[in-house]
Amino acid sequence: MSETQIAVKADTPFRTNTRKRKSVGKLFSEILAIILSLVIFGVPFYFVIVNASKDTKESSLLNMELPSSFQLIENIQAVMAAQNGMIVRAFFNSMMITGFSIAILILVGAMAGYVLQRRTSKMSPFFNFLILAGLIIPPAIVPTIWVLDGIGLFKTMPGIILVEVALNLPFTILLYKGFMATLPKELDEAALIDGCGRMRLFFSIILPLLKPVSATVIVLTAVGVYNDFVNPLYFFPGAENATLQLTLYNFSSMYNTQWNLLFTNILLISIPPLILFIFFNKKIVAGMTAGAVK
Amino acid sequence: MKAKKKIFAVLSSAALFAGILAGCSSNDSASGDKDEDSGQVTLTLLVDNQSNLDGMKAVTDAIEEKYDIKTEYELRPGGGEGDNLVKTRLATGDMTDLMAYNSGSLFQALNPEQNFLDISEESFVETIMDDAKEALSSNGKVYGIPAASFMAGGWFYNKKIYEELGLSVPKTWDELMSNNEKIKEAGKTAVIGSYKDSWTAQVIVLADNYNVLQQHPSFAEDFTANKAKIADTPGALSSFEKLAEVYDKGYLNEDFLATGYEAGLQKLAEGEGAHYPMLSFALPMLQTNYAEELDNIGFFPQPGDSADENGLTVWVPGGVFVNKNTEHPEEAKKWMEFFVSQEGNDLYNAKITPQGPPAIKGVELSDDVYGAVKDMLPYFESGKTAPALEFLSPVKGPNLPQIAVEVGSGISKAKAGAELYDKDVEKQAKQLGLEGW
Amino acid sequence: MTKLTNRSYTYYFLLPAGIIYFVFFLLPTIMSFFFSMTWWTLTDWKFIGFENFITFLTEPSLNIGFKNTIIYAVVTCTLKVILGLLLGVFLSQKLKTIGFVRSMVFFPTLLSTIAVGMAFAMMMHPTQGLINTALKIVGITGPDWLGDTTIALISVALVDVWKGVGMATVIFIAGIMSIPEDYYEALAIDGGNSFHKFWNIIVPLSRPAMNSVIILAFIGGLRSFDLVWAMTKGGPGFSTDLIASIIYKQYQGGFYGLSTAGNVILFVVVSALAFPLYAFLNKKEVDL
Repeated sequence: MSETQIAVKADTPFRTNTRKRKSVGKLFSEILAIILSLVIFGVPFYFVIVNASKDTKESSLLNMELPSSFQLIENIQAVMAAQNGMIVRAFFNSMMITGFSIAILILVGAMAGYVLQRRTSKMSPFFNFLILAGLIIPPAIVPTIWVLDGIGLFKTMPGIILVEVALNLPFTILLYKGFMATLPKELDEAALIDGCGRMRLFFSIILPLLKPVSATVIVLTAVGVYNDFVNPLYFFPGAENATLQLTLYNFSSMYNTQWNLLFTNILLISIPPLILFIFFNKKIVAGMTAGAVK
Repeated sequence: MKAKKKIFAVLSSAALFAGILAGCSSNDSASGDKDEDSGQVTLTLLVDNQSNLDGMKAVTDAIEEKYDIKTEYELRPGGGEGDNLVKTRLATGDMTDLMAYNSGSLFQALNPEQNFLDISEESFVETIMDDAKEALSSNGKVYGIPAASFMAGGWFYNKKIYEELGLSVPKTWDELMSNNEKIKEAGKTAVIGSYKDSWTAQVIVLADNYNVLQQHPSFAEDFTANKAKIADTPGALSSFEKLAEVYDKGYLNEDFLATGYEAGLQKLAEGEGAHYPMLSFALPMLQTNYAEELDNIGFFPQPGDSADENGLTVWVPGGVFVNKNTEHPEEAKKWMEFFVSQEGNDLYNAKITPQGPPAIKGVELSDDVYGAVKDMLPYFESGKTAPALEFLSPVKGPNLPQIAVEVGSGISKAKAGAELYDKDVEKQAKQLGLEGW
Repeated sequence: MTKLTNRSYTYYFLLPAGIIYFVFFLLPTIMSFFFSMTWWTLTDWKFIGFENFITFLTEPSLNIGFKNTIIYAVVTCTLKVILGLLLGVFLSQKLKTIGFVRSMVFFPTLLSTIAVGMAFAMMMHPTQGLINTALKIVGITGPDWLGDTTIALISVALVDVWKGVGMATVIFIAGIMSIPEDYYEALAIDGGNSFHKFWNIIVPLSRPAMNSVIILAFIGGLRSFDLVWAMTKGGPGFSTDLIASIIYKQYQGGFYGLSTAGNVILFVVVSALAFPLYAFLNKKEVDL
């Protein structure tokens, strides 16, 4: 990793010298940029893919050479079959948790964001503080287990979903609040004069208008909850409760000497974010920076 | 025990998963309904979902056929979670007829007199080996039978390397060290370290208990009562010093902090390293992965100061105990009697190759038993065994693996490590509410 | 406006979010202050005052977490700010392949921390690992990245930077892009060079972006757990233990009161550093 620093440092003075030979310099810096990003960010991907395609013996060398025989399909089959198809079960669990978390977050977060932006009162600073606190404060682990246990949701799917929702709510509300500010208040008033109830106003007029920010929430929650390791580790333990991240973590001791399978597992687990990224690249970047830059 | 559980989790995960699916259905406890038509009795049995049940099932199938006593398995989680569940079920009178559980201090913490049937007077109890019997007893009364064979902790060694270099099995620590020196000179790894899996680092400390007890026979009691500290007891401190010495003298493989348990076994089997301090539960995995090398792997106890006091530290198997309030005490005893009989043992061992000597006197092992297990037998025959500390004292600190890594990799000195562990243990003792802490 | 509004909707619109947030976040947080002062088995507790905190602060295997957590947060945060800014400047240029390069830098942000940690742990293997093999070709004997206790924490922090710098970069790009062209033109008239452009325009005017990066990276660093757990499990020994990983280990050991005390300590550390930092950075921003 130390190459990163050296490389980037070396790169700044280089930039300052490009003024006079702009076109040559630009081409040069472009090439340099590609090479650098390839080395620092591309090599690890290549490494994982190559080693996921090898047999156990070759992968134990941990080198970058191409596999002598292409084993990726066999390795995928082996990973899928391991522990009676645990990974399939884990995939199902991860998808359920992610899906429900998104649905609840959008509904609940949009309602709250809507009200918090539209109605300012003496309580507003307090609510803002709660949102800020939720972004900063680390969740209290064992007391959360105690609460979940007390209401019978420990080690259950609804339990982990509600925890994910609670922890992602502050940022979601922040996003909705921010976006609501761009929707004119006259809209509400007009609808209310037309005899719309608040509920109908919200669900048939406001919520559809929030689509862009809802898309952001979907993508962000999908990435965040799908990749979450810590919360399932604490709040969703048990063999049949595996999520993809937990499975990968547990498999690591199993694949101690079968690194090709470990790499295959890493590869498999990275495919959903990759797909998401290919289709929603701009959306993700916009969403992730939206809350931050404001 | 942590180490054991971890391995079992890995080994028996397939059995575990199938078991969970099967185990969801049964939930009637402590009832053991009598089937009207056949006169068949059903005993319920609570077991943890971390262990391989094939052996036990073979025995219970035979019991059903022979005595018409059906065994219905209920699965519970392992680890601390499982302990809590067992305690709750005992407290609420919701325990099964039979219960499989750890022996030693964990069992003794369950208030046996109140909860379990005293079987001291049964004839089959006499056949249980003393080390095991003690761990299955409380206040001089026996409550359980061993559910499997013993395990041992000590040093696996590669016989090929020993032959090559003309070494003989060491009887003292100094002999072991001089063997290591020769192996190192020959350009091989003398001791395989796999401290990436930090639990493996504690083996040298844990497997030294026989030697500790030779010097301080009452160490376990004193330790439990907070009268003896490891750091202040030379005999106990030397366990940590042995761990440190292996590192200090450069006997470990270069990448010992990046090597894990399975990779350690690989180094042993493929002759890259000569010694691997480990528990004997590694044998099934060695057989699975390196069957052709298995005959080249031998085992010796961790030696102490004197050749006369050379003995083996053993891990006592878990037990099966009878609920005091069972409606079928006679059937339960019959069940136990068969379980510990030669026939019961044969059925069990046919499914699960024993990882150590049997816990029942006079039980014959078949010839195809692991060579390493044969190496352990003389110590049992001559009574030169002692249980690991965790079977004699409930006090075991959770951070021993990390502390062992520190000591075993030169981060901290043996004495400092022992002191840190004494502190760690204090937390555990307080959490357990032991007297004197 | 008020005439048209039925005020009660305020409450029932807030209620679902409020209940979930309260039950699954606020309530446990509040209860943690109580349970941190108990000996606790989840079903049973005994009040023991500050004993857990004393244990946490005095025992070397526990209080190492403070030092490590601060080091980790400072190192990751600093590197993310510096590298993110430099990459941001670089990737704000209008180059043909910029989209590809940006994607490359950003993509690790979306990957699972566990997967990244495991892959890098493999690459950091002292004898076989990719990094040391590469260094060997150049004639350097690489260190035992994760085994040497003096650098293991930094090694993990560098992987954190690798994974997270894309996020910082993207925020900086957004900040730099929003700087009006006029400033550059004015500078060009004054005859400033690229360095002036960077130091006198980009750095001060991307201040809001920088503040966001600092806050996000610093809080993230303080709360970090999964990467360390995937790569070293806090080892060798306790050398890479963070407060969050110690909380987990105490939980595993069944010391629920002690674990919760760790939570409260983390809460205090994060609050004591993050809220003032937040206020300080916001104030500076206004001053500009």
